[in-house]
Amino acid sequence: MENVNFIYDLLGKNFIAIILVISLPLMFVLVYALAAILAELKVSAWIQERLGPMRTGPWGILQPIAEVVKLIQKEDITPDKANKPLYNLAPFIIFTGAYAAFAVIPFSEYFVPAGINLGLFYVFAVGSISAIGLVMGGWASNNKYSLMGAMRSVAQLISYEIPAAMAILSIVVLASTMNMQEINKLQSGWFWNWFIFGGPGSITKIWVIPFTIGLSLIYFISSLAETNRVPFDIPEGESELVAGFHTEYSGMKFAMFFFAEYANMFIVAAILATIFLGGWNSPFDTFMQGPIWGAFWFISKAFSVVFVQIWLRWTLPRFRVDQLMYVGWKVLLPISFVCFLAVSLFVMLK
Amino acid sequence: MLANEIFEQLKAEFGEAVIEYNDKQPADSYVVVSANGLFEICHRLRDKDDFLFDYLMSLSGMDLGENVGVVYHLYSMKHKHKLVLKVAVPKSDPKVPTVETIWRTADWHEREAFDLIGVHFEGHHNLIRILCPYDWEGHPLCKDYETPEFYHGMKVSY
Amino acid sequence: MSEKKRLDLEYSQLESDRMRINVGPQHPSTHGVLRLEVEIEGEIVTEVVPHLGYLHRSFEKHCEKMTYPQIIPYIDRIDYIAAMNNEWPYVMAMEKLMGIQIPEKVEFIRVIMAELNRIANHQIAVATFGLDAGAFTPFLFFFRDREYIIWILEKMSGARLLYNYFRIGGLAGDVYPGFKEDCLNIVKQVRKTNAEVMDLLIYNRIFIQRTANVGILPADVAINYACSGPVLRGSGVKYDLRKDETYSIYNRFDFDIPVGTGEVGTLGDCWDRNMVRVNEMEQSCRIIEQAIAQMPDEGDVQSAIPKRIKPPVGEVYMRAENPKGDLGFYIVSNGTDKPERVKARGTSFVNLSVIPEISKGYMFADLILILGSIDIVLGEVDR
Repeated sequence: MENVNFIYDLLGKNFIAIILVISLPLMFVLVYALAAILAELKVSAWIQERLGPMRTGPWGILQPIAEVVKLIQKEDITPDKANKPLYNLAPFIIFTGAYAAFAVIPFSEYFVPAGINLGLFYVFAVGSISAIGLVMGGWASNNKYSLMGAMRSVAQLISYEIPAAMAILSIVVLASTMNMQEINKLQSGWFWNWFIFGGPGSITKIWVIPFTIGLSLIYFISSLAETNRVPFDIPEGESELVAGFHTEYSGMKFAMFFFAEYANMFIVAAILATIFLGGWNSPFDTFMQGPIWGAFWFISKAFSVVFVQIWLRWTLPRFRVDQLMYVGWKVLLPISFVCFLAVSLFVMLK
Repeated sequence: MLANEIFEQLKAEFGEAVIEYNDKQPADSYVVVSANGLFEICHRLRDKDDFLFDYLMSLSGMDLGENVGVVYHLYSMKHKHKLVLKVAVPKSDPKVPTVETIWRTADWHEREAFDLIGVHFEGHHNLIRILCPYDWEGHPLCKDYETPEFYHGMKVSY
Repeated sequence: MSEKKRLDLEYSQLESDRMRINVGPQHPSTHGVLRLEVEIEGEIVTEVVPHLGYLHRSFEKHCEKMTYPQIIPYIDRIDYIAAMNNEWPYVMAMEKLMGIQIPEKVEFIRVIMAELNRIANHQIAVATFGLDAGAFTPFLFFFRDREYIIWILEKMSGARLLYNYFRIGGLAGDVYPGFKEDCLNIVKQVRKTNAEVMDLLIYNRIFIQRTANVGILPADVAINYACSGPVLRGSGVKYDLRKDETYSIYNRFDFDIPVGTGEVGTLGDCWDRNMVRVNEMEQSCRIIEQAIAQMPDEGDVQSAIPKRIKPPVGEVYMRAENPKGDLGFYIVSNGTDKPERVKARGTSFVNLSVIPEISKGYMFADLILILGSIDIVLGEVDR
């Protein structure tokens, strides 16, 4: 299955084109991270009935840039007793893990950096790299709080990957492909062809809809846990662990953690948008359908999910570590198994 | 129950250990007891049905010149009456039995009195300083206390 | 790398060690400069040792060097969240010692000031408790409202936090025009926010899971540790000095004493203590409304202030219901214009002493919540 990529079409498949293809998502991540930081500030302000930042630029829209400049200027402190190589490496590993996942995100019908057939599998594999970075950073800081945060975050990541994987696996069963571009193409047409509504098919799919909606919720909840967002921000639970695994980090290394967190938020939102919400497809059949509009639809769908993540963060308190495990293993996992069985049964009978 | 009735009953039971009752001053009246009988008296005050002083409001150390004193303010949750107990011991041998086994709240109060006044509470499980640093010297709330010049090489008074 | 370390461990030799960590003095959730030496096994707390004294400012020694009115500004700094309430037991003690009768209007203003400050204090307590649980938004809702209360107190006394407003026998100044309307508006606003926070935080499923059945303090233990205020009432003991040992004019007002009910968990858990505070805000609103309605317009608030403050020889212990519990002052007078001894029985100091007792066996995250539910102020702990 050949994927269409407009840069290769324009320039041919040469070195410059490859560099361009690689750097486009990086540009996107940087711009997106700034936008997401601003969104976080402004959405939280809106929820809390304040104005948020108003001084830097009109309505404070330059605030994220100011914060990045501040972080660059800050002194980069390495603790005396820290394990220096690992300590310095950890933020980059985490950011690499987050950025590598962008390789298979289909931004539009004509642009996906690498349209490999095992797209979903790849996203899951590289998503786990960040766990290594977390442990590295937490352990190398030589701080008890960091260590506890790292241990908690790994336990959390591993627990919540299973329900998330089950949710994705169910969609793979429905779509019979792991290629994200293919999954998108299957969902073209009206919005009831999206996998959150059981995917394309006749009216008989109606009894599978509750299960697919449930699966999308399971995936969303698990993704909150995987990105360490409230109510699952236990690894960096501010009130008890100060800042968790990145307690000792400052300056640009801290900013890397920060960027990686926002990049991860976008990744999970993008996967959710791709496999459940139709990716770059317009909700209304051919209305506003096309390559450029596709990018618009995809990004706005992903941003809506990011918005919900921000919204939850400023509304809910945080779980305790044992309650988190309870939710992961005893609630989400059995439900995801049931949904998986139901979806498999549906595919078998179809 | 009024303080003088409590005093009469205590006097009848403990005799010598209960020294005097004072109600001559404008505000609170108080009962003075000796350090030897303090623990038994406190125990009786907490447990006897007529008294039931289950709430130790405050425990204060005092520098009385030659003596150091400890003042106990008691309250009963059930009968809603109050009592002030006083005990005084010479500064050369400031030993008062602890009441932390009767009222657990006395634990920190006694540590504070030891820290600031230098009253030695016998039988306290962990009589160490609480407000001052653990290696501070002297008892700051004594009237004759001189502030040290230096603490670990840092100038104290300025 | 100088030499390679050899790792010939046998797995049977590995022991699961307990870890001792210092929570504080620099920590986001110790509410000041408190240091808790915590021993944890995995996530379970096995021992808590509080170390105090980082904010010890020698209040009692200072008092011996100052005249009686000069002490009042220092009293503000004991519990800087509720300074109006702090001043009250001290001036009451002095009035009792000197036998001063104070005008009725002064009593009314004192009640209103104290209750406004009680609301402000409870707002901080509930807000920071929510923050400890990870909920940030109620924190800002409460701080927004508290700002309005502080504006009133600032208009009355000239200061935002450390008021120095009560005088022995009177007050520093009379009410300003429009005071009553401001107070009634505040009451309305407080009720609105409380209703909102009830949905957002107090009855939130996650919040209940975090706080119910955590840090259970049985009533007898609470009394033995001489806990007071919401900590004691959260355990179901109906003990409030405003009713039990009525001072000032509290007998003229109709209000209830909220106690813990064990509604969502066990009696005396963190949720109960927090709920008592929320309910007390409503009761304070009721008191303010009644006091505003009954307050006389005429009267001189400074008429009873004595020219020379030189109490007779004697001693007095006076306590009043502070937002955090009962704050007591033991004042010994030697007949001069300076006290022989002033002892402040800090509420937080006593309430904090129960922490090692009730936090064993809970998780590390719970310890933070237990500490938050006790609502300490380090200025009062260390004095």
